[in-house]
Order: sequence, then C-alpha cells, then structure tokens
Amino acid sequence: MAAKKKIGPLDIYALLPKTNCGKCEPGVCMAFAARLAERTISLEECPPLWEKGQEANLKKLQEMLKPPVKEVKIGDIKVGGQLVVRRHEYRYFNPVPLALTLEDTLSEVDLLKRIKKVEEYGYSYIGKTLRLDMLAPRYVSGDPSKFEATVRKASLTKFPLVLWCTDPGVMEKAVSLVKDRRPLLYAATKENWKEMGELALKYQCPLALYSPFDLKTLKSMAKTMMNWGLQDLLLDPGAGFGEMLKETVNCFTVLRNTAIRGEDPEVGFPLIASVARVWEDGGRKPEELAWEETALATILMVRYADLIILKSEEIWTWLPLIILRENIYTDPRKPVSVEPGMRAIGEVNENSPVMVTSNFALTYFTVASDIENSKVPSYLIVVDTGGLSVESSIAGRKMTAQTIADAIKASNVKEKVKHRKVILPGMAARYKGELEELLGFEWEVMIGPRDSSGIPKFLAEHWK
Amino acid sequence: MTEGSPLDEILRLLGEMNELELEKVDLTLEELRFIFRPLMTVVPPPVKEAVPAKPLSLLEAEFSPFVQEYPGSIAEVTLGATSADGGTRRKVVKIGGETAPPWHFLEGKFPNPPAIAGDVFDMPVPLPGPVRAVLGDAIEDPIKWAKLAVEKFGADLVDIELVSSDPYSKNTPIEESCKLVENILQAVDVPLIVGGSGNPEKDAKLLPKIAEVCEGERVLLSSANLDMWEPVAKAAKQYGHVVLAWTSIDMAQAKELNRRLYEYLPKEQIVIDPTSAPLGYGIEYAFSIMERIRLAALMGDAELQCPMGSATANAWGAREAWLHNPEMGPREYRGPMWETAMALAMLMAGNDLYITLHPAAIRTMKDVIKWLMGEKGEPTFMPWIGVK
Repeated sequence: MAAKKKIGPLDIYALLPKTNCGKCEPGVCMAFAARLAERTISLEECPPLWEKGQEANLKKLQEMLKPPVKEVKIGDIKVGGQLVVRRHEYRYFNPVPLALTLEDTLSEVDLLKRIKKVEEYGYSYIGKTLRLDMLAPRYVSGDPSKFEATVRKASLTKFPLVLWCTDPGVMEKAVSLVKDRRPLLYAATKENWKEMGELALKYQCPLALYSPFDLKTLKSMAKTMMNWGLQDLLLDPGAGFGEMLKETVNCFTVLRNTAIRGEDPEVGFPLIASVARVWEDGGRKPEELAWEETALATILMVRYADLIILKSEEIWTWLPLIILRENIYTDPRKPVSVEPGMRAIGEVNENSPVMVTSNFALTYFTVASDIENSKVPSYLIVVDTGGLSVESSIAGRKMTAQTIADAIKASNVKEKVKHRKVILPGMAARYKGELEELLGFEWEVMIGPRDSSGIPKFLAEHWK
Repeated sequence: MTEGSPLDEILRLLGEMNELELEKVDLTLEELRFIFRPLMTVVPPPVKEAVPAKPLSLLEAEFSPFVQEYPGSIAEVTLGATSADGGTRRKVVKIGGETAPPWHFLEGKFPNPPAIAGDVFDMPVPLPGPVRAVLGDAIEDPIKWAKLAVEKFGADLVDIELVSSDPYSKNTPIEESCKLVENILQAVDVPLIVGGSGNPEKDAKLLPKIAEVCEGERVLLSSANLDMWEPVAKAAKQYGHVVLAWTSIDMAQAKELNRRLYEYLPKEQIVIDPTSAPLGYGIEYAFSIMERIRLAALMGDAELQCPMGSATANAWGAREAWLHNPEMGPREYRGPMWETAMALAMLMAGNDLYITLHPAAIRTMKDVIKWLMGEKGEPTFMPWIGVK
C-alpha cells in the first residue's frame, strides 16, 4: 500500500466555487485553497460552498480533507486529527492533552487539593502558559456513590472530563450528571462494549475502546461501534512499562502506521496512552512509579499518543511532559531563528549595558525575557549563528570572536553608548582575549552568566 | 413496484435529499402512482431511515498491520577491541545494524542495543547541583569519575572530554592529554570515546596523537566537523578507530561531511552526530533531523547509513533541569528526569549512542533498551533517583 498522496491546493481549488467572492478571509479561491491545504482554515469559512448546488463538491472536499486519524472532541478540546505519522512529513495537530486521574478513594480534602493543584498549575514558556488539560475521575472504590461525588466535584471545574469506569451502570449515573460536558467514556471493553456503546449513543459522547495488547479485538470493537453509528471513538491499546514496554511501543507504532499509511479507517482514531496504569504495579515507592510513569509518557508522547492519562501529581513529572509536548507539536516549518542585529530592550540610554547572544529564536526570547526581568534596559546584539543556540554555535564555530566582533561593529553600538563594555554569554568566555584584540582594545569584554537566568543577579552585582 | 427498478433509485434519492426539483422530466413508468408536474417542487412524504439492526456480537475484523520493506540498512559499528583484535577491552560495544525505522518490530531487525556512555571531563567544569551530588569529589579526578561511571552507574562506555586542552582554557599539552587517556584505558575496561576541546586548530593536532597512542583500541574520536575533518579521518584510518561526524542540525551538512569521510573510512567507522539540542531548547529539531536521517538511510541513501550518536547530557543546558525553584518541583528528581526524557525521545527517533551524565538517566535508558530488545528483568534505576 502506498502512502496517501498529500492534497495540494490545485486539487482543492478545482472543487471550490472559483468566484473569488471575497467572503472568506484570504479573499480569493486560490489563496483559500492554499490555506486549506496547509490546514490553517476550514471549509466552514467559505459560505458559497454551503449553498445549494455545491453539495457534491462539498462532500468531495470533506472526504478529501478528512484526516486519516479522526479528530474527536472531548469537552471543548480536540484530540487526534493527525495527517502524518512523523512530524517532519507535515506537522502534528492538536497537542496531546494531559488528563490527571481523580481516584474516587481520595478523601474530600485530598480530592479538592488535587483539583486545585491542576487548576492553579501553569508554567510560562516563550510567552505561553503551559498547563494540564483534563480531569479523569476514576472508579476504583467499588462504591458508586463515591464515584458520583468525585464526578460532581470534577464537574465544578472548567476542565473537560474523562470518566474512567468500566461498570456501565455506574457510568450511566455519572454521565447523566455531566452529559452536556461531552465527557469521554473510558472505557468500553470486550466485556461491556454493548452497554457502553448504548451509553455513547444515548448521551452522544465520545467513547474509548480498551483492548490491552490485542489489536484484533480492538479493531473488531471499532468496526462494531462504527456499524452502530458511533464515529467519535478513541483507542487504548494498553500501556505498560517493564516487560510490557516492547508490546506497548509495538501497538502504538503499528496502529498509527496502519491508520495513516495503511489507510485503514477502522483504526483511524486517536490513541490513548493511559500511563497511570503503571501505578497498578503496587508495593513500590511512589517516586519510583512517578518516574516510570513519566518515562513511559515521554516515549508515547513522541510515539503517537493523542491523549495521555497521568496519575502523578508531582510537578517535576509534569514539567518535562508539557515542555516536550510544546516542542514536538510546533510546526516544523516555522523559522528557527530571529533576525540578527541589535535590539533595544526597555528604555535604553547611553549608560545601558550591551550584551551578546545567538539568533536561535528560543535563546533570543529567553535572554530578552531575562533582561526584562532584570529591570535594567539593555542593548542586545544578536549574532547570526545560523539559528543555533550559544552552546551549539560555539561548538560549531558559528559564534566566534570574529563573528561577535563583526556583529558589534555592524551594530553601531558605539554611537549609542558612552561606555565601552560588552557582556558575552558565559559559555563564550574563551573568546575574551581574542575579541578584545579584534576590537582594537577599545572595549572591555565582560563575561556574563552561563545561563541567562543569571542576568538580573549579574547586572545587580557588576553593572553599577 | 418491482425491486431494483429506476423508480427505486429515484425514491432513494428523494429520501436522501428531502426535496427535489425536477425540470422537464419525461416519466413513462407505469408504476408511478403520483404525477410529476414540470416546474413544480415535489416534497415526498418523509422516508424514515431504516435503523439497521445493531449487531449484538462483535463483528470480527482481521487486523493486518501496515508493514513496509526498506531497501537500505544501517552499518554495524564496533567500538573498542578485545585482546583478540589487538586491544585491551573486556568486551566490545556494537551499535547500528538496524533494517527498519526505530522500534518498528514488524518491519526489520534491531540486532544491537543502543549503548550508553558516561560523560567525564578532564578538569572540573560547571555542573548542575544534582550531577555534582552524585559525582562528589570524582569531579576533580577523571580517573575516579570514569571508574564511577562504569562500576557504579553501569555505563557501557566512557567519554573522556579533553576540554582543558583548549588554548583558551588551560592549554593542557598534548602529551599530558594522551597520558590521561592512557591512564583511563588502564582504569576501566570498556571502550572509550575521546573528545577534543572543540578548538579546531588544537583538535587537529590532538586527536591524531590520541589515535596514535590508542592504536588497536578502536576508540571513537570526537569529532570530525566540516571545518576540521581530514586529520581525524586520516588518523582513524591509519590506527583503526571510529569517527564521530558532527554537524549542526542540517541533513545536507551531515551528508556532505560523510561524503568527505568516505574518502578515507567505510561506514563501519563513522557515527553521525547531527547535534542534540536540549529538551525545551530545540529538541524538536534534533528529533526530526534524526528521524529524517534514519528514514533516508533506510530508503537507500548510502551517505547516511551510519549509526547516530547524541550528547544527551546537553539536557542539563536547559534551566528547567537545574534551577533551584520550588515551583518547579525538587531538582533532585526533575534534573535527572529531564536528561532521561530527552534521551528517551532521542531513542524513539533512532539514536544509537548516548553520552549521559546522571546515573538515573544511564540506568533508566539501560532498562528501557533491555525491555525494547525483548529481554526480561527488573528495573535498576531506583537507587539513583532523587539522590541528593
């Protein structure tokens, strides 16, 4: 089987009204087609396409643009919708949501503490606040009233809900409490699929299918549920560390490749990595299990998981995951670098410090934000390092005494400041002597901190 | 109405469309019980869509996994040499040999487990707190540090980084650097990676000398770059070593460097290092370039058919790994997990050789690799997580 041909703007244009009516944001049909091809606009934004007479074209377009991994909404969060197996082939969509379990055995105080922790958690990273995304009340107590109470508490938040319960009777009570929230029913199994399928039909909720390490049964369940008219499905092929790791990786790999490159619609659904299951291996220390859970989540985050369910509430386990997600789900086509040259950060004057950094976008934004935190307006000379970080560009000889000297000269900073001091990144310390020589001993080269988080302290101590 | 008549088709369409506009239609079918009049809209009685009986037992589906064949394969590279091959290592480390994308178990073979090297510096360098905590005074003594990495942390190789040889650092004389490498060969019995300082002029002299004193040991010389490759390639050829081919996140550069190295060395003596940017600081570029290099190699690009290496110790370059900040959780766990997470992502992208600092990262990687290779065994990382 061949890999699915990528849809080009011309294939799309042929089916558009071609009137250039100006009712969409790009204004003309060809530009609209290009935006559709790169998935940055949706068919809904072309009103004429929804008028009478366009039904056949609309249907063809919908079919053409349908991602091989279906996009499913849980609450108001979209999951899945993947077009490619590997991010460099195009890009990944819908950054994998992280859901935190709420065991119904938690005391009310602990439950509220756990919910509060998720609600308040946020990490600032290049101008964004990264967070956890969903709550997953979990039925483990054997007491339906406890599960119900947990679901009620979770429903007081704005988070989309994953209802983790395999008892259809208990599930029905829970889902009836939050039916307007479009919770994920987690999960239908080989044993309960009929009842769970009925609930998904009745309450119009997405349904997860769980068949650990048995893809034939998983696909049979998907086929049956599709036959019932259920479209919003997710697949959980099982997740295990230790001796189950190989089979876990195999299942995720095979499912995603078969859905996209094998064009098998019966497995073309978002994948759930329920890494919280590693905690079922009882009798071990919590920090060991948290460690395992995070390691497994890392592996499956880059191996096609579209929804991850976590149990650890340690923020040291959350941080690598939310940052890895942010990194992997960026558009690989976006530029790596910022324009080289000199920037003024804050209200600079003739006494402002002069600093040097690389033109790797992340380095630049990090350094600029650390300078802002220092409350000392500064000039920042951005050396053209080919979009590499300071450390890599020194190793790769993109940042050398010569390239720094050239950047300083080109910046005309001499005209801007009275002093003659320039601060190098700590990692570039070795260039001090050579750089002073290249600048004709007119400038004193100071060595700044190795990490820009040290800039506020450095300026407080050395810039008076 | 007879079954399958054209009228069936019309009624089916009517049912689907709610309303139908018919213009100048000439209908002569005698089954027709109502009259179509031209230019009139006919609204048929709503046809209730028959609800198909829901199957009450699972519809059996055959799952046939998508499987692709790959024309290319990755060269197998041997690091270190035992006495049988003129070296003194207890055993060799083999990497590479894959015939399918990383961990596509149904599509090919993964004959060699990826290998983990412990990073050792020849002088005290600034290291984050969680790493200093596990190294103790070994930071001051590269021999002690190398032994610790092998005997306690479980590293498969030692990477000795001769950073003090840089003329802008201590400018350690070449003879002294060579002596240290010889002493490390004495102190540990695993294969070695020997890294220069990154100063091209000095490395061009230092690495050939290292190659000479290590003759027979099949060390990995780190590194050959686009602006300094010939002395390293020549020395590796003459003394039978392997070269780390370093380029900066650019597949065209990686191909160009290998083209030049191939004039001296076979694939079996090259490891590609396409640069590993830290988690949070560009890991996505490192991840994707590795995936691309590996796929191109398997699709038949001979210029890229070497195993890959990654300095995953770079993870510690991210402040999230080491900052003292209660709002980010204790760094004794967070730091080693940062390095581990970065290495695990690289493992899924196809990397074969890791240069690591923290024992929890080394042990976790070894556990994960063991399980991916289908071996049994309990986790071994526990004693090393959270060590203060």
